[in-house]
Amino acid sequence: MLNTPVTETQITHANRLWLYAVVTLVTIFLVVPCILVVPMSFSASEYLEFPPSELSLRWYRAFLGSPEWLGALWTSIKVAVPVTFIATALGTAAAWGLHRRFGLLFTLSRSLYMLPMLVPLILIAVGVFFVYARLGINGTIGGLIAAHTMLALPFVLIAVGNGLTSFDMNQHQVSRSLGASEFVAFFTVTLPQIRISVLSGAVFAFVTSFDEVVVALYISSGKNETLTRRMFSNIRDQVDPTVAAISSLLVSVVIIGMVLFLLLRKEEA
Amino acid sequence: MIAETSLSVTPRRSPRRPLNAQTLRVQARRERLGRIGLTLPGSILICVVLLIPVGWLFYLSAFDAAGNLTWANYERLGRSLYLRSFFTTFRVAGIVTLLTVLMGYPVAYMMSHARPRMATVILVAVMLPFWTSVLVRTYAWLVLLQRTGLVNGWLQSLGLTNEPLALVHNELGTIIGMTHVMLPFLILPLYASMKAVDPALMKAAANCGATPAQAFRQVYFPQTIAGLGAGAGLVFVLCLGFFVTPVLLGGGRVYMWAMQIGDNISLYGNWGSASALGVVLVLATGLVLFAIRILLKLAGGPR
Repeated sequence: MLNTPVTETQITHANRLWLYAVVTLVTIFLVVPCILVVPMSFSASEYLEFPPSELSLRWYRAFLGSPEWLGALWTSIKVAVPVTFIATALGTAAAWGLHRRFGLLFTLSRSLYMLPMLVPLILIAVGVFFVYARLGINGTIGGLIAAHTMLALPFVLIAVGNGLTSFDMNQHQVSRSLGASEFVAFFTVTLPQIRISVLSGAVFAFVTSFDEVVVALYISSGKNETLTRRMFSNIRDQVDPTVAAISSLLVSVVIIGMVLFLLLRKEEA
Repeated sequence: MIAETSLSVTPRRSPRRPLNAQTLRVQARRERLGRIGLTLPGSILICVVLLIPVGWLFYLSAFDAAGNLTWANYERLGRSLYLRSFFTTFRVAGIVTLLTVLMGYPVAYMMSHARPRMATVILVAVMLPFWTSVLVRTYAWLVLLQRTGLVNGWLQSLGLTNEPLALVHNELGTIIGMTHVMLPFLILPLYASMKAVDPALMKAAANCGATPAQAFRQVYFPQTIAGLGAGAGLVFVLCLGFFVTPVLLGGGRVYMWAMQIGDNISLYGNWGSASALGVVLVLATGLVLFAIRILLKLAGGPR
Protein backbone atom coordinates (compact mmCIF):
# COMPACT_ATOMS: atom_id res chain seq x y z
CA MET A 1 0.00 0.00 0.00
CA LEU A 2 2.92 2.26 0.74
CA ASN A 3 4.87 1.94 -2.43
CA THR A 4 2.70 0.96 -5.35
CA PRO A 5 0.70 3.79 -6.82
CA VAL A 6 -2.51 2.64 -8.50
CA THR A 7 -2.29 5.28 -11.18
CA GLU A 8 0.50 7.42 -12.53
CA THR A 9 -0.63 10.51 -10.69
CA GLN A 10 -1.54 8.98 -7.33
CA ILE A 11 0.50 10.24 -4.42
CA THR A 12 1.47 7.41 -2.10
CA HIS A 13 2.28 7.70 1.56
CA ALA A 14 5.88 6.90 0.68
CA ASN A 15 6.04 9.96 -1.55
CA ARG A 16 4.88 11.99 1.35
CA LEU A 17 7.12 10.67 4.08
CA TRP A 18 9.13 13.88 3.93
CA LEU A 19 5.96 15.87 4.57
CA TYR A 20 5.09 13.72 7.58
CA ALA A 21 8.63 14.08 8.89
CA VAL A 22 8.62 17.87 8.52
CA VAL A 23 5.22 18.22 10.15
CA THR A 24 6.24 15.95 13.03
CA LEU A 25 9.39 18.00 13.65
CA VAL A 26 7.55 21.33 13.53
CA THR A 27 4.86 19.96 15.84
CA ILE A 28 7.50 18.91 18.33
CA PHE A 29 9.10 22.34 18.01
CA LEU A 30 5.74 23.94 18.79
CA VAL A 31 4.67 21.78 21.70
CA VAL A 32 7.82 20.82 23.61
CA PRO A 33 8.76 24.29 24.93
CA CYS A 34 5.21 24.75 26.22
CA ILE A 35 5.14 21.61 28.31
CA LEU A 36 8.78 21.06 29.26
CA VAL A 37 8.63 23.69 31.98
CA VAL A 38 6.19 21.50 33.89
CA PRO A 39 8.62 18.68 34.82
CA MET A 40 11.40 21.22 35.34
CA SER A 41 9.35 23.16 37.86
CA PHE A 42 9.39 20.19 40.24
CA SER A 43 13.16 20.32 40.50
CA ALA A 44 14.68 20.58 43.94
CA SER A 45 17.88 22.26 42.86
CA GLU A 46 18.80 25.91 42.71
CA TYR A 47 19.11 25.72 38.91
CA LEU A 48 16.68 24.43 36.36
CA GLU A 49 17.58 21.02 35.06
CA PHE A 50 16.01 18.32 32.97
CA PRO A 51 15.32 15.69 34.01
CA PRO A 52 15.21 16.98 37.58
CA SER A 53 17.62 14.97 39.74
CA GLU A 54 15.42 15.31 42.79
CA LEU A 55 11.73 16.11 42.91
CA SER A 56 10.22 18.69 45.22
CA LEU A 57 7.52 21.30 45.48
CA ARG A 58 10.07 23.87 46.55
CA TRP A 59 9.35 26.42 43.84
CA TYR A 60 5.61 26.10 44.22
CA ARG A 61 6.04 26.83 47.92
CA ALA A 62 8.25 29.79 46.99
CA PHE A 63 5.44 31.13 44.80
CA LEU A 64 2.56 30.49 47.18
CA GLY A 65 4.54 31.71 50.18
CA SER A 66 5.49 35.02 48.64
CA PRO A 67 3.17 37.99 49.26
CA GLU A 68 4.82 39.81 46.32
CA TRP A 69 4.06 37.08 43.80
CA LEU A 70 0.53 36.51 45.11
CA GLY A 71 -0.08 40.26 45.13
CA ALA A 72 1.03 40.44 41.50
CA LEU A 73 -1.31 37.59 40.58
CA TRP A 74 -4.15 39.32 42.39
CA THR A 75 -3.47 42.58 40.50
CA SER A 76 -3.56 40.73 37.18
CA ILE A 77 -6.93 39.20 38.09
CA LYS A 78 -8.31 42.51 39.33
CA VAL A 79 -7.43 44.00 35.96
CA ALA A 80 -8.33 41.12 33.66
CA VAL A 81 -11.83 40.45 35.02
CA PRO A 82 -13.23 43.98 34.51
CA VAL A 83 -11.44 44.15 31.14
CA THR A 84 -13.24 40.96 30.10
CA PHE A 85 -16.67 42.38 30.90
CA ILE A 86 -16.14 45.88 29.54
CA ALA A 87 -14.33 44.81 26.37
CA THR A 88 -16.92 42.12 25.63
CA ALA A 89 -19.79 44.58 26.08
CA LEU A 90 -18.21 47.37 24.03
CA GLY A 91 -16.84 45.01 21.38
CA THR A 92 -20.16 43.20 20.95
CA ALA A 93 -22.04 46.49 20.67
CA ALA A 94 -19.56 47.67 18.05
CA ALA A 95 -19.73 44.41 16.12
CA TRP A 96 -23.51 44.66 15.99
CA GLY A 97 -23.32 48.33 15.01
CA LEU A 98 -20.89 47.62 12.17
CA HIS A 99 -22.47 44.41 10.90
CA ARG A 100 -23.44 44.70 7.23
CA ARG A 101 -23.12 48.46 7.28
CA PHE A 102 -21.11 50.27 4.66
CA GLY A 103 -20.19 53.83 3.94
CA LEU A 104 -17.40 56.15 4.95
CA LEU A 105 -18.32 56.48 8.62
CA PHE A 106 -18.59 52.73 9.14
CA THR A 107 -15.35 52.03 7.25
CA LEU A 108 -13.54 54.60 9.37
CA SER A 109 -14.95 53.13 12.55
CA ARG A 110 -13.93 49.63 11.45
CA SER A 111 -10.34 50.74 10.83
CA LEU A 112 -10.24 52.56 14.15
CA TYR A 113 -11.20 49.34 15.92
CA MET A 114 -8.36 47.46 14.20
CA LEU A 115 -5.70 49.95 15.30
CA PRO A 116 -4.96 48.44 18.74
CA MET A 117 -3.93 45.25 16.95
CA LEU A 118 -1.76 46.95 14.33
CA VAL A 119 0.03 49.78 16.13
CA PRO A 120 3.24 48.38 17.68
CA LEU A 121 2.66 47.69 21.37
CA ILE A 122 5.80 49.46 22.50
CA LEU A 123 4.54 52.70 20.97
CA ILE A 124 1.17 52.37 22.68
CA ALA A 125 2.95 51.61 25.96
CA VAL A 126 5.23 54.64 25.76
CA GLY A 127 2.44 56.95 24.62
CA VAL A 128 0.03 55.81 27.33
CA PHE A 129 2.80 56.14 29.91
CA PHE A 130 3.36 59.72 28.78
CA VAL A 131 -0.32 60.70 28.90
CA TYR A 132 -0.95 58.88 32.18
CA ALA A 133 2.03 60.67 33.72
CA ARG A 134 0.32 63.97 32.93
CA LEU A 135 -2.94 62.74 34.42
CA GLY A 136 -1.15 61.23 37.41
CA ILE A 137 -2.73 57.81 36.93
CA ASN A 138 0.34 55.70 36.24
CA GLY A 139 0.35 52.65 38.47
CA THR A 140 -3.41 52.67 39.03
CA ILE A 141 -5.70 49.72 38.40
CA GLY A 142 -8.18 51.93 36.55
CA GLY A 143 -5.56 53.17 34.10
CA LEU A 144 -4.46 49.62 33.39
CA ILE A 145 -8.06 48.50 32.85
CA ALA A 146 -8.65 51.29 30.31
CA ALA A 147 -5.50 50.45 28.34
CA HIS A 148 -6.10 46.70 28.36
CA THR A 149 -9.76 47.08 27.38
CA MET A 150 -8.64 49.10 24.38
CA LEU A 151 -6.13 46.37 23.42
CA ALA A 152 -8.81 43.67 23.69
CA LEU A 153 -11.46 45.43 21.57
CA PRO A 154 -10.28 44.24 18.11
CA PHE A 155 -10.28 40.60 19.22
CA VAL A 156 -13.83 40.80 20.57
CA LEU A 157 -14.97 42.64 17.45
CA ILE A 158 -13.46 39.99 15.15
CA ALA A 159 -14.84 37.08 17.18
CA VAL A 160 -18.38 38.49 17.42
CA GLY A 161 -18.27 39.75 13.82
CA ASN A 162 -17.44 36.20 12.65
CA GLY A 163 -20.38 34.89 14.65
CA LEU A 164 -22.71 37.44 13.08
CA THR A 165 -21.77 36.46 9.52
CA SER A 166 -23.33 33.04 10.10
CA PHE A 167 -26.37 34.45 11.90
CA ASP A 168 -29.56 34.68 9.85
CA MET A 169 -30.44 38.38 9.98
CA ASN A 170 -33.99 37.64 8.83
CA GLN A 171 -34.72 36.29 12.29
CA HIS A 172 -33.86 39.60 13.83
CA GLN A 173 -36.07 41.40 11.33
CA VAL A 174 -38.94 39.00 11.86
CA SER A 175 -38.86 39.72 15.59
CA ARG A 176 -38.80 43.44 14.84
CA SER A 177 -41.79 43.11 12.53
CA LEU A 178 -43.61 41.22 15.27
CA GLY A 179 -43.25 44.27 17.44
CA ALA A 180 -40.07 43.70 19.42
CA SER A 181 -37.93 46.77 19.92
CA GLU A 182 -34.38 46.71 18.58
CA PHE A 183 -33.17 46.15 22.15
CA VAL A 184 -35.50 43.26 22.94
CA ALA A 185 -34.91 41.67 19.54
CA PHE A 186 -31.15 41.74 20.03
CA PHE A 187 -31.17 40.31 23.52
CA THR A 188 -33.82 37.62 23.01
CA VAL A 189 -33.26 36.55 19.42
CA THR A 190 -29.81 37.53 18.20
CA LEU A 191 -27.57 37.32 21.25
CA PRO A 192 -28.55 33.76 22.29
CA GLN A 193 -27.58 32.55 18.82
CA ILE A 194 -24.18 34.24 18.72
CA ARG A 195 -23.35 33.43 22.34
CA ILE A 196 -20.47 31.07 21.45
CA SER A 197 -18.75 33.86 19.51
CA VAL A 198 -19.36 36.35 22.32
CA LEU A 199 -17.93 33.85 24.77
CA SER A 200 -14.83 33.29 22.65
CA GLY A 201 -14.46 37.06 22.39
CA ALA A 202 -14.57 37.23 26.18
CA VAL A 203 -11.90 34.55 26.49
CA PHE A 204 -9.72 36.51 24.05
CA ALA A 205 -10.26 39.66 26.09
CA PHE A 206 -9.28 37.95 29.33
CA VAL A 207 -6.16 36.39 27.86
CA THR A 208 -5.17 39.66 26.15
CA SER A 209 -5.22 41.45 29.47
CA PHE A 210 -3.81 38.67 31.64
CA ASP A 211 -0.87 37.92 29.32
CA GLU A 212 -0.10 41.50 28.34
CA VAL A 213 3.49 42.47 29.15
CA VAL A 214 4.66 45.61 27.37
CA VAL A 215 2.01 48.14 28.40
CA ALA A 216 1.96 46.75 31.94
CA LEU A 217 5.75 47.08 32.05
CA TYR A 218 5.41 50.83 31.64
CA ILE A 219 2.22 51.74 33.45
CA SER A 220 1.93 49.26 36.32
CA SER A 221 4.25 49.54 39.27
CA GLY A 222 4.67 49.17 43.01
CA LYS A 223 1.83 47.34 44.67
CA ASN A 224 -0.16 47.39 41.44
CA GLU A 225 2.46 45.43 39.53
CA THR A 226 0.94 42.74 37.32
CA LEU A 227 2.07 39.13 37.31
CA THR A 228 3.51 39.42 33.80
CA ARG A 229 5.52 42.52 34.70
CA ARG A 230 7.01 40.80 37.72
CA MET A 231 7.76 37.70 35.66
CA PHE A 232 9.39 39.80 32.96
CA SER A 233 11.78 41.59 35.32
CA ASN A 234 12.49 38.33 37.05
CA ILE A 235 13.38 36.51 33.82
CA ARG A 236 15.47 39.45 32.60
CA ASP A 237 17.48 39.87 35.77
CA GLN A 238 17.87 36.32 37.11
CA VAL A 239 16.62 32.93 36.05
CA ASP A 240 14.66 32.13 39.18
CA PRO A 241 12.88 28.74 39.14
CA THR A 242 9.85 30.31 40.83
CA VAL A 243 8.96 31.50 37.33
CA ALA A 244 9.00 27.86 36.20
CA ALA A 245 6.38 27.01 38.83
CA ILE A 246 4.18 29.94 37.74
CA SER A 247 4.68 29.07 34.07
CA SER A 248 3.65 25.49 34.76
CA LEU A 249 0.50 26.66 36.49
CA LEU A 250 -0.34 28.94 33.53
CA VAL A 251 0.35 26.16 30.99
CA SER A 252 -1.85 23.79 33.01
CA VAL A 253 -4.71 26.27 32.84
CA VAL A 254 -4.31 26.48 29.05
CA ILE A 255 -4.20 22.69 28.71
CA ILE A 256 -7.27 22.22 30.92
CA GLY A 257 -9.11 24.89 28.91
CA MET A 258 -8.24 23.19 25.64
CA VAL A 259 -9.28 19.75 26.89
CA LEU A 260 -12.62 21.17 28.08
CA PHE A 261 -13.11 22.84 24.70
CA LEU A 262 -12.39 19.62 22.80
CA LEU A 263 -14.75 17.64 25.06
CA LEU A 264 -17.53 20.20 24.63
CA ARG A 265 -17.05 20.17 20.87
CA LYS A 266 -17.24 16.41 20.81
CA GLU A 267 -20.46 16.48 22.78
CA GLU A 268 -22.00 19.01 20.41
CA ALA A 269 -21.03 17.06 17.31
CA MET B 1 -39.65 41.71 1.91
CA ILE B 2 -39.65 41.38 5.64
CA ALA B 3 -37.29 44.27 5.99
CA GLU B 4 -39.75 46.69 4.45
CA THR B 5 -42.72 45.58 6.50
CA SER B 6 -40.69 45.73 9.69
CA LEU B 7 -40.22 49.42 9.19
CA SER B 8 -43.95 50.08 9.02
CA VAL B 9 -44.71 48.14 12.20
CA THR B 10 -42.92 49.98 14.96
CA PRO B 11 -46.11 50.80 16.78
CA ARG B 12 -45.05 52.47 19.97
CA ARG B 13 -42.48 54.93 18.82
CA SER B 14 -43.86 56.47 15.65
CA PRO B 15 -47.39 57.82 15.77
CA ARG B 16 -49.20 56.80 12.63
CA ARG B 17 -47.19 58.58 9.98
CA PRO B 18 -47.95 57.96 6.34
CA LEU B 19 -45.59 55.33 4.96
CA ASN B 20 -43.87 57.11 2.15
CA ALA B 21 -40.36 57.53 0.84
CA GLN B 22 -39.77 60.48 3.13
CA THR B 23 -40.64 58.58 6.33
CA LEU B 24 -38.62 55.58 5.26
CA ARG B 25 -35.59 57.76 4.64
CA VAL B 26 -35.93 59.35 8.08
CA GLN B 27 -36.24 55.95 9.72
CA ALA B 28 -33.29 54.55 7.77
CA ARG B 29 -31.17 57.49 8.83
CA ARG B 30 -32.23 57.11 12.45
CA GLU B 31 -31.27 53.47 12.37
CA ARG B 32 -27.88 54.29 10.83
CA LEU B 33 -27.24 56.80 13.58
CA GLY B 34 -28.28 54.26 16.18
CA ARG B 35 -25.81 51.75 14.77
CA ILE B 36 -22.96 54.27 14.71
CA GLY B 37 -23.93 55.19 18.27
CA LEU B 38 -23.30 51.58 19.32
CA THR B 39 -19.71 51.81 18.13
CA LEU B 40 -19.05 55.11 19.89
CA PRO B 41 -18.09 53.98 23.43
CA GLY B 42 -15.32 51.76 22.09
CA SER B 43 -14.21 54.39 19.57
CA ILE B 44 -13.92 56.99 22.30
CA LEU B 45 -11.85 54.62 24.43
CA ILE B 46 -9.53 53.92 21.48
CA CYS B 47 -9.20 57.65 20.86
CA VAL B 48 -8.34 58.38 24.48
CA VAL B 49 -5.85 55.60 25.17
CA LEU B 50 -4.45 55.09 21.69
CA LEU B 51 -4.91 57.92 19.21
CA ILE B 52 -4.20 60.79 21.61
CA PRO B 53 -1.12 59.17 23.24
CA VAL B 54 0.40 58.02 19.96
CA GLY B 55 -0.55 61.30 18.29
CA TRP B 56 1.14 63.15 21.10
CA LEU B 57 4.32 61.17 20.48
CA PHE B 58 4.14 62.14 16.81
CA TYR B 59 3.84 65.75 17.89
CA LEU B 60 6.79 65.44 20.31
CA SER B 61 9.00 64.03 17.60
CA ALA B 62 9.05 67.43 15.87
CA PHE B 63 10.50 69.33 18.85
CA ASP B 64 13.84 69.37 20.63
CA ALA B 65 14.37 69.46 24.39
CA ALA B 66 14.03 73.24 24.48
CA GLY B 67 10.71 73.14 22.65
CA ASN B 68 11.83 74.43 19.26
CA LEU B 69 10.47 73.00 16.03
CA THR B 70 13.21 70.88 14.54
CA TRP B 71 14.13 67.97 12.28
CA ALA B 72 16.96 67.00 14.64
CA ASN B 73 15.13 63.96 16.03
CA TYR B 74 14.75 62.55 12.55
CA GLU B 75 18.26 63.50 11.44
CA ARG B 76 19.59 61.57 14.41
CA LEU B 77 17.99 58.41 13.00
CA GLY B 78 20.68 58.50 10.31
CA ARG B 79 23.40 57.80 12.88
CA SER B 80 25.11 54.44 12.75
CA LEU B 81 23.61 53.25 16.06
CA TYR B 82 20.10 53.78 14.71
CA LEU B 83 20.91 52.44 11.25
CA ARG B 84 22.33 49.30 12.80
CA SER B 85 19.18 48.64 14.83
CA PHE B 86 17.14 49.39 11.72
CA PHE B 87 18.98 46.68 9.78
CA THR B 88 18.86 44.25 12.72
CA THR B 89 15.11 44.73 12.99
CA PHE B 90 14.46 44.12 9.30
CA ARG B 91 16.93 41.23 9.09
CA VAL B 92 15.44 39.43 12.10
CA ALA B 93 11.87 40.11 10.97
CA GLY B 94 12.70 38.85 7.46
CA ILE B 95 14.42 35.68 8.64
CA VAL B 96 11.63 34.88 11.11
CA THR B 97 8.97 35.44 8.45
CA LEU B 98 10.81 33.17 6.01
CA LEU B 99 11.22 30.46 8.66
CA THR B 100 7.56 30.59 9.66
CA VAL B 101 6.54 30.27 5.99
CA LEU B 102 8.85 27.29 5.41
CA MET B 103 7.77 25.57 8.64
CA GLY B 104 4.14 26.64 8.63
CA TYR B 105 3.09 25.81 5.07
CA PRO B 106 3.57 22.03 5.40
CA VAL B 107 1.80 22.03 8.78
CA ALA B 108 -1.19 23.98 7.50
CA TYR B 109 -1.29 21.75 4.40
CA MET B 110 -1.29 18.57 6.41
CA MET B 111 -3.83 19.98 8.86
CA SER B 112 -6.29 20.75 6.07
CA HIS B 113 -5.84 17.40 4.30
CA ALA B 114 -5.44 14.89 7.11
CA ARG B 115 -8.29 12.85 8.55
CA PRO B 116 -10.27 14.62 11.29
CA ARG B 117 -8.52 12.92 14.20
CA MET B 118 -5.03 13.70 12.86
CA ALA B 119 -6.10 17.24 11.97
CA THR B 120 -7.29 17.77 15.54
CA VAL B 121 -3.96 16.58 16.91
CA ILE B 122 -2.07 19.07 14.73
CA LEU B 123 -4.56 21.83 15.56
CA VAL B 124 -3.98 21.23 19.27
CA ALA B 125 -0.23 21.43 18.68
CA VAL B 126 -0.72 24.83 17.02
CA MET B 127 -3.26 26.17 19.51
CA LEU B 128 -1.31 25.22 22.64
CA PRO B 129 1.49 27.73 21.94
CA PHE B 130 -1.07 30.22 20.59
CA TRP B 131 -2.85 30.34 23.94
CA THR B 132 0.25 30.07 26.11
CA SER B 133 1.67 33.37 27.32
CA VAL B 134 4.57 34.73 25.24
CA LEU B 135 6.45 35.23 28.47
CA VAL B 136 6.11 31.57 29.45
CA ARG B 137 7.28 30.39 26.04
CA THR B 138 10.20 32.80 25.97
CA TYR B 139 11.21 31.62 29.43
CA ALA B 140 11.02 28.01 28.28
CA TRP B 141 13.35 28.74 25.36
CA LEU B 142 15.75 30.53 27.67
CA VAL B 143 15.93 27.43 29.83
CA LEU B 144 16.15 25.03 26.87
CA LEU B 145 18.87 26.92 25.04
CA GLN B 146 21.12 28.01 27.90
CA ARG B 147 24.68 26.65 28.17
CA THR B 148 23.65 23.90 30.56
CA GLY B 149 20.26 23.52 28.89
CA LEU B 150 18.59 20.54 27.32
CA VAL B 151 19.50 21.34 23.71
CA ASN B 152 23.18 21.75 24.47
CA GLY B 153 23.04 18.53 26.50
CA TRP B 154 21.59 16.61 23.55
CA LEU B 155 24.04 18.09 21.08
CA GLN B 156 26.95 17.01 23.27
CA SER B 157 25.64 13.54 24.05
CA LEU B 158 25.08 12.99 20.32
CA GLY B 159 28.70 14.00 19.83
CA LEU B 160 27.84 16.89 17.54
CA THR B 161 29.78 19.38 19.62
CA ASN B 162 32.38 19.08 22.33
CA GLU B 163 31.56 22.22 24.22
CA PRO B 164 28.25 24.00 24.82
CA LEU B 165 27.23 26.33 21.99
CA ALA B 166 26.00 29.87 22.58
CA LEU B 167 22.40 29.35 21.54
CA VAL B 168 20.80 32.13 23.52
CA HIS B 169 21.53 35.76 24.40
CA ASN B 170 22.26 36.33 20.73
CA GLU B 171 20.49 36.66 17.39
CA LEU B 172 20.12 32.89 16.95
CA GLY B 173 18.20 32.52 20.21
CA THR B 174 16.05 35.53 19.39
CA ILE B 175 15.17 34.07 15.99
CA ILE B 176 14.33 30.65 17.44
CA GLY B 177 12.10 32.15 20.12
CA MET B 178 10.37 34.59 17.77
CA THR B 179 9.73 31.87 15.18
CA HIS B 180 8.03 29.83 17.88
CA VAL B 181 5.87 32.77 18.94
CA MET B 182 4.93 33.72 15.37
CA LEU B 183 4.21 30.30 13.81
CA PRO B 184 0.53 30.12 14.87
CA PHE B 185 -0.09 33.56 13.36
CA LEU B 186 1.03 32.20 10.00
CA ILE B 187 -0.57 28.77 10.23
CA LEU B 188 -4.09 29.82 11.25
CA PRO B 189 -4.93 32.20 8.33
CA LEU B 190 -3.15 29.86 5.90
CA TYR B 191 -5.18 26.91 7.18
CA ALA B 192 -8.40 28.88 6.63
CA SER B 193 -7.49 29.62 3.02
CA MET B 194 -6.47 25.99 2.38
CA LYS B 195 -9.77 24.74 3.76
CA ALA B 196 -11.52 26.89 1.17
CA VAL B 197 -9.74 25.23 -1.79
CA ASP B 198 -12.14 22.95 -3.66
CA PRO B 199 -10.58 19.44 -3.60
CA ALA B 200 -12.28 18.64 -6.91
CA LEU B 201 -9.92 21.09 -8.61
CA MET B 202 -6.89 18.94 -7.80
CA LYS B 203 -8.66 15.87 -9.16
CA ALA B 204 -9.59 17.80 -12.27
CA ALA B 205 -5.98 18.85 -12.71
CA ALA B 206 -4.85 15.23 -12.40
CA ASN B 207 -7.52 14.23 -14.88
CA CYS B 208 -6.17 16.77 -17.33
CA GLY B 209 -2.79 15.12 -17.10
CA ALA B 210 -0.96 17.27 -14.60
CA THR B 211 1.65 15.59 -12.45
CA PRO B 212 1.10 16.07 -8.70
CA ALA B 213 3.87 18.67 -8.64
CA GLN B 214 2.36 20.58 -11.56
CA ALA B 215 -1.12 20.44 -10.05
CA PHE B 216 0.24 21.75 -6.78
CA ARG B 217 2.22 24.54 -8.42
CA GLN B 218 -0.37 25.68 -10.93
CA VAL B 219 -3.68 24.91 -9.25
CA TYR B 220 -3.30 24.58 -5.50
CA PHE B 221 -0.59 27.03 -4.54
CA PRO B 222 -2.08 30.10 -6.31
CA GLN B 223 -5.26 29.64 -4.32
CA THR B 224 -3.41 29.72 -1.03
CA ILE B 225 -1.31 32.80 -1.81
CA ALA B 226 -3.87 35.12 -0.22
CA GLY B 227 -3.79 33.28 3.10
CA LEU B 228 -0.02 32.90 2.95
CA GLY B 229 0.44 36.61 2.22
CA ALA B 230 -1.93 37.64 4.99
CA GLY B 231 -0.16 35.40 7.49
CA ALA B 232 3.36 36.35 6.42
CA GLY B 233 2.48 40.04 6.44
CA LEU B 234 1.02 39.79 9.92
CA VAL B 235 4.12 37.96 11.15
CA PHE B 236 6.48 40.51 9.58
CA VAL B 237 4.61 43.47 11.05
CA LEU B 238 4.42 41.87 14.50
CA CYS B 239 8.17 41.16 14.33
CA LEU B 240 8.99 44.79 13.52
CA GLY B 241 7.47 45.97 16.79
CA PHE B 242 8.26 42.92 18.91
CA PHE B 243 9.65 43.69 22.35
CA VAL B 244 9.44 40.85 24.89
CA THR B 245 11.27 38.00 23.18
CA PRO B 246 14.19 40.02 21.72
CA VAL B 247 14.80 41.63 25.10
CA LEU B 248 14.83 38.35 26.99
CA LEU B 249 16.51 36.07 24.43
CA GLY B 250 18.77 38.66 22.80
CA GLY B 251 20.55 39.39 26.04
CA GLY B 252 21.15 42.99 25.01
CA ARG B 253 23.09 41.95 21.90
CA VAL B 254 20.15 42.02 19.50
CA TYR B 255 19.12 45.61 19.48
CA MET B 256 15.77 46.02 17.76
CA TRP B 257 13.60 49.05 17.25
CA ALA B 258 11.12 48.36 20.00
CA MET B 259 13.96 48.04 22.52
CA GLN B 260 15.56 51.21 21.31
CA ILE B 261 12.30 53.12 21.78
CA GLY B 262 11.96 51.66 25.25
CA ASP B 263 15.56 52.47 26.22
CA ASN B 264 15.29 56.01 24.92
CA ILE B 265 12.47 56.54 27.38
CA SER B 266 13.49 54.54 30.42
CA LEU B 267 17.27 55.09 30.29
CA TYR B 268 17.71 58.48 28.66
CA GLY B 269 14.30 60.13 29.04
CA ASN B 270 14.69 61.22 25.44
CA TRP B 271 11.09 61.57 24.28
CA GLY B 272 11.93 63.31 21.02
CA SER B 273 14.08 60.63 19.48
CA ALA B 274 11.97 57.78 20.90
CA SER B 275 8.97 59.41 19.23
CA ALA B 276 10.76 59.93 15.92
CA LEU B 277 11.71 56.26 15.93
CA GLY B 278 8.11 55.39 16.75
CA VAL B 279 6.83 57.43 13.82
CA VAL B 280 9.18 55.61 11.46
CA LEU B 281 8.10 52.28 12.95
CA VAL B 282 4.42 53.08 12.41
CA LEU B 283 5.09 54.26 8.86
CA ALA B 284 7.07 51.11 8.08
CA THR B 285 4.27 48.97 9.54
CA GLY B 286 1.65 50.80 7.52
CA LEU B 287 3.73 50.57 4.36
CA VAL B 288 4.20 46.81 4.74
CA LEU B 289 0.47 46.29 5.34
CA PHE B 290 -0.36 48.45 2.31
CA ALA B 291 2.16 46.66 0.08
CA ILE B 292 0.70 43.29 1.08
CA ARG B 293 -2.80 44.49 0.22
CA ILE B 294 -1.65 45.59 -3.23
CA LEU B 295 0.29 42.36 -3.81
CA LEU B 296 -2.67 40.26 -2.76
CA LYS B 297 -4.93 42.17 -5.11
CA LEU B 298 -2.49 41.55 -7.95
CA ALA B 299 -2.03 37.88 -7.05
CA GLY B 300 -5.70 37.26 -6.33
CA GLY B 301 -6.83 38.29 -9.81
CA PRO B 302 -10.55 38.06 -10.53
CA ARG B 303 -12.13 36.58 -7.46
